[in-house]
Amino acid sequence: MARTDYFATIGLEVHVQLKTASKMFCGCAVEYGAPPNSRTCPVCLGMPGALPVLNQGAIERTVLAGLLLGCTTPPISKWDRKNYYYPDMPKNYQISQFDLPLCLGGGVPLDHFAYPKDAQKAIANPGKVVKLTRIHLEEDVAKSTHHSSSSSIDFNRAGTPLMEIVSEPDIESPEEAFAYLNSLRQILVYGDLSDADMEKGQMRCDVNVSVRKRGQEKLGTKIELKNMNSMSNVRRALKYEIDRQITELEEGRSITQATWRWDDDLGETQMMRTKEDAHDYRYFPDPDLLPVETAAILTKVRTAVPELPHEKRERFVTAYQISDYDASVLASERALADYFETAADGAKAPKKVANWVINNLLSVLNEGSIPISDCPIPAEALRELVDTIEKGEISNNQGKEVFAVMIDSGQSPGEVIKEKGYEPPMNDTGELDAFIDQVIAENPKPVEDVKSGNVKSINFLTGQVMKLTKGKANPKVVSELIGKKLS
Amino acid sequence: MSLATHTIAELRRLLDAKEVEAKDIIDSVLDAAEKQDDRIGGYLSWDREKAYADAAQAPEGPLQGIPIAIKDLINVKGHPCGCASKILTNYVAPYDATSIVNLREAGGIPLGRANMDEFAMGSSNENSGIKPAHNPWDLERIPGGSSGGSAAVVAANEAIAALGSDTGGSIRQPAAFCGCVGLKPSYGRVSRFGLTAYASSLDQIGPLTKTVEDAAILLGAISGSDPNDSTCLDESVPDYRGSLEGSIAGKKLGLPKEYFTEGIDPAIRSAVEAAAKQFESLGAEIVDVSMPHTEQAMGVYYIIATAEASANLARFDGVRYGHRSPEASNLAEQYAKSRAEGFGHEVKLRILLGTYVLSSGYYDAYYLRAQKLRTLIRQDFTNAFEQVDALLTPVSPAPPFKIGEKASDPLAMYLADIYTTSANLAGICGLSLPCGFMTPKDGAREVPIGMQLLGAPFAESTILQLGHHYEQATDWHTKQPALG
Repeated sequence: MARTDYFATIGLEVHVQLKTASKMFCGCAVEYGAPPNSRTCPVCLGMPGALPVLNQGAIERTVLAGLLLGCTTPPISKWDRKNYYYPDMPKNYQISQFDLPLCLGGGVPLDHFAYPKDAQKAIANPGKVVKLTRIHLEEDVAKSTHHSSSSSIDFNRAGTPLMEIVSEPDIESPEEAFAYLNSLRQILVYGDLSDADMEKGQMRCDVNVSVRKRGQEKLGTKIELKNMNSMSNVRRALKYEIDRQITELEEGRSITQATWRWDDDLGETQMMRTKEDAHDYRYFPDPDLLPVETAAILTKVRTAVPELPHEKRERFVTAYQISDYDASVLASERALADYFETAADGAKAPKKVANWVINNLLSVLNEGSIPISDCPIPAEALRELVDTIEKGEISNNQGKEVFAVMIDSGQSPGEVIKEKGYEPPMNDTGELDAFIDQVIAENPKPVEDVKSGNVKSINFLTGQVMKLTKGKANPKVVSELIGKKLS
Repeated sequence: MSLATHTIAELRRLLDAKEVEAKDIIDSVLDAAEKQDDRIGGYLSWDREKAYADAAQAPEGPLQGIPIAIKDLINVKGHPCGCASKILTNYVAPYDATSIVNLREAGGIPLGRANMDEFAMGSSNENSGIKPAHNPWDLERIPGGSSGGSAAVVAANEAIAALGSDTGGSIRQPAAFCGCVGLKPSYGRVSRFGLTAYASSLDQIGPLTKTVEDAAILLGAISGSDPNDSTCLDESVPDYRGSLEGSIAGKKLGLPKEYFTEGIDPAIRSAVEAAAKQFESLGAEIVDVSMPHTEQAMGVYYIIATAEASANLARFDGVRYGHRSPEASNLAEQYAKSRAEGFGHEVKLRILLGTYVLSSGYYDAYYLRAQKLRTLIRQDFTNAFEQVDALLTPVSPAPPFKIGEKASDPLAMYLADIYTTSANLAGICGLSLPCGFMTPKDGAREVPIGMQLLGAPFAESTILQLGHHYEQATDWHTKQPALG
């Protein structure tokens, strides 16, 4: 049987650290890079007698995530204890949600531009929406560091609000998995729910993957993959694992349900543990926390739902007459989209503003790894620069020079233009008339050529005017005027 | 008469009249403890200097100058908090429990660590991981448990009052056995923040005192909502003491027939029946009621309490604090050995039971079914409190047994809680107070008999008022054990 006769079924469990000021169940600050164990208290250290208190902000953010992803929020949501022993878990149980999570259902629309660049030309399921099972809220564990003969634990991270987003087994390829993570991340960042940076551990994912033959109803045996800390790692690990599973089946072996680990250095997956080692988590309702009634939270959060990336993209295309691609670049990040809108609103040529942002501004920012929030050119200043070019007051090339100075100095376009001594070109017809008349009088041959239909000679005559005006005339205006006079 | 025999209310008058100072009271109770506690074992430790220092800083309030013994599982900053367990040897509390913050704000002085059954698991104080406590009325007998030390030090005048905790009867039963007053507040009345959890949905901190009036004073001081405990309700705290005097004429008291069945000792039955007569003579009306699910309470209690305990006690792993086995060579061994060495037998038994009832495949049959029955038990009380103002029952079916007598029979021991666990499952309040004395068949010394007044959630005022009127009409509470 050919390898193409197999297809993969993939489901993702994504953990996202929520952007809250304090932890899930205590007042300790959520802060990265603080000295180890300096952001702790009896609650997040699991000291005897300490009790958890819910972080309302974390609940609201999770409900907002649900609204952004089209989930429903049940009227009552509750908290459960998930029991297992590990030194990075202070209570040896994790407060999580078992059967009544904050969000159910929903889906993640896969953005065309969220696919890996090399895969965007051949998307198998354009417009696909990956269905979600649920989203629940739980607490993060501490961070262990292992030394040669001991381990140390930093509890600063323990108790950070962690949102778990579980997809249905609805993803068919490594590329779709990549697009799912990328689209999801974009939405979470849009909602200001998380920075969702996988490489910083703010977004982590476990992947379930199985393969089966086409035509086979029953899902194949699934393997859980761990330890992928970037979207491209997820893609690579899945590609490797799907190939491996097909080979196993092709060579007559079966798949045993197990957890495998991605080794990025070796570029392969490795067996961690089989299902026999699986935990019985003994979930039960946490008696320390009351169930949450969600009606009031939903009402409050509904007022805070932001425009989603795809909605913004569609609006940009119609409102600013820009291409779908440009709109997707500009809408890819909320701060960038806001920047563009500030610059484009009231601009003479919003499309030109889009070009400047994408072709000039972004390349400089990306080169210096500068986030748009730290952009040295205020959006209003960029609009002024583009308008100045549009009005013909400086040339496009002069504009680029001005832009370069603005990036370095943060000066306004007016200041730079003045310093550079760029003078606005001679546009005034009255002033130009004399020069043009002189040139027409002095060049009868080319004038005749123009009159007899040789339009190219207009360029020669324009050049003569430019010479006479020492380059100060606006060549566009000059050729227009010559054309009129000789027609 | 030594100051140590006085009540909070009496000492308040003496302190306010400047006839005595806080230091005199501290000395009086600790001198008594120094003299006799090696025989009683009510305390695990005390710190006279810290008590003096706290007394010097105590703000004005109903408890100013009053030293209060604290059960060894309530966190008092800078004091040991070992839960009478070897696994918490040398553990010092890093913060004050909310009840202690409230106690201090009322001027109270946390004094000494009262002995208890390890992690509050037991009914006899024999499960203390440190040492057993003895009943001041008969040193061969148990003081009850798990707040056995708290009850013993109050009865033996080694403390003016004490704080205990009640998960299935752990305040009321030792109070009955030692002849003092014990109150289990309604669930959510007193913050649990800082109370080392045994069973979170059942635990409540409450007072053990010499009189009902003192219980009202102490309850008023420690109660109130707490932003650190989501299960502590935002109910205003009434003037419990001020409402003691109001008439009880016309109050309806229910006698649940399921509490007066065959297993009860005849002396206890007749003492409680005599108390019912006393209430009638005070103008109350006695009504027979039925609580059909009473019989289920014991089983439901042991499933829910141990399930919660199995998770609550998981944190004692030797990683961050407490006993860490020096023998371990890997992580799994460190867990297993630290816990095996640190926990006592009963605690291990209950963790195993709790782990079992939550296990996949057994959860529905045990834990879930127990929760459903818990709802029915609660419903029994709701129905009863539609007919009556309070219920009158015995506290324990039998008098305190001799130390060691039932050590090998946990089930017999569990029966000691048969009349008390329902209140915790239903979240209602319960008051235990002396209603007589008896000489057990196997002994020569008299021991106290306790009765229990059960009230609807947050109806502490009602049962305190009833108890106070009964106490005023009787003199059981004035008797003192002969410690010599």
